[in-house]
Amino acid sequence: MTSAAHEPQDRALVVLGAGVMGVGITTLALAHGVPVTLVDTAEGVLPVARGRIREGLRMAQMMGALPKDVTTGELTEVTAPAEVDWAAGPAAVIEAITEDAELKAKVLAEVAPAVTPGTPLISNTSSIPIDELAGAIGRPEDLLGTHFMNPSYLIPTVELIRGPRTGEAALRATRELLDRLRRKVIVVNDAPGFVTSRVLHPMINDAARVVEEGTASVEDVDALMRGCLGHPTGPLRTADLIGIDNLVDSLWVLYRRTGDEGCRPCELLLSKVRDGHHGRKSGRGFYTYERAM
Amino acid sequence: MGTSTENASVEQQLLSFLEERTKTPWTPDRDLFADGGLSSLFAMELVVHLESTYDIMVAGPDLQLMNFRTVNAMVAMVDRLRQAAGE
Ligand SMILES: NC(=O)c1ccc[n+]([C@@H]2O[C@H](COP(=O)([O-])OP(=O)(O)OC[C@H]3O[C@@H](n4cnc5c(N)ncnc54)[C@H](O)[C@@H]3O)[C@@H](O)[C@H]2O)c1
Repeated sequence: MTSAAHEPQDRALVVLGAGVMGVGITTLALAHGVPVTLVDTAEGVLPVARGRIREGLRMAQMMGALPKDVTTGELTEVTAPAEVDWAAGPAAVIEAITEDAELKAKVLAEVAPAVTPGTPLISNTSSIPIDELAGAIGRPEDLLGTHFMNPSYLIPTVELIRGPRTGEAALRATRELLDRLRRKVIVVNDAPGFVTSRVLHPMINDAARVVEEGTASVEDVDALMRGCLGHPTGPLRTADLIGIDNLVDSLWVLYRRTGDEGCRPCELLLSKVRDGHHGRKSGRGFYTYERAM
Repeated sequence: MGTSTENASVEQQLLSFLEERTKTPWTPDRDLFADGGLSSLFAMELVVHLESTYDIMVAGPDLQLMNFRTVNAMVAMVDRLRQAAGE
């Protein structure tokens, strides 16, 4: 297939990483009629992701978040970036792999030469400054950040991070994509954790610390934050939803770049990661779940 | 319609399930998502729970929040889908 064969609306979104976020972003895109090529290098991840995407589409339907006038996009799964049909000219590449700056830089450097200049290369990092990753690729103007949150198909707003070297063209193309996905966009500047992670992650760390110190139970911390402060789920249920392993990775990124002691992951979070209690995705975190989702 | 005993036992099972999961008491007509403050993600857990426990498939127009708002609504849907499967 050649790029000429593809109308702009048929161009696929390439999503790297089929974990919590890769699955959510893919579900959102498919629901809005955008075809997706989903890439994950780990064994056994893609079949699980497929089931979760199916479940996500049902969930979106149930919550009235599935647009009625759109045919669901087609999903293609591949186990390495080299297997993507790059010649077809994807609409954009969204990187949603593990929160590890070196790994992300390596993967972005690997895919950048395969895409046409001007195609947005988007990192969905929680906390790593975009400009740190931009140094790894030849065309830093094509790189920017999006901060989709979990579950991406239910959360209406996306934080869009413009790095100091991000170009207008990449920004515009990403905005168009997010318009098509019917998301509200808020553009922010580059910094460790941008806005949402910088504010939310140390707050969740504190909530865990409050439990660790015996001030209140997990349920009561969440009930207070919901009932008194209007938080939709409570911070500890949010930690389960994020994935406690990913939250800890993000806190380390923040701590190492800001020196803020509030970002040093507390012992309770670290012990949950050691015990494999990663949250909703593993079936247990601060709460237990009917089934890993 | 399923027998009233069957429906009463589904009702009891669902109430116990909710009580165990939320650590608060429930009544059959309490709105889980409005007064109960449960998250939309819990709704999907409920779908999965009903499907695996009662061997039903919730799809198409049945897959809407209205059918999961109260224990009464869930009992009625489980009854209807089981009847349809048994036909
Ligand atoms: N979980 C959240 O709520 C959330 C929210 C916003 C942003 N993020 C960010 O999104 C990114 C992904 O997070 P997640 O929670 O989905 O993590 P995850 O651990 O659930 O999934 C990461 C996936 O990346 C895959 N992967 C690793 N190296 C790869 C490679 N070289 N090529 C392809 N796939 C590879 C892994 O196999 C895994 O399946 C992270 O940067 C995270 O900080 C997460």
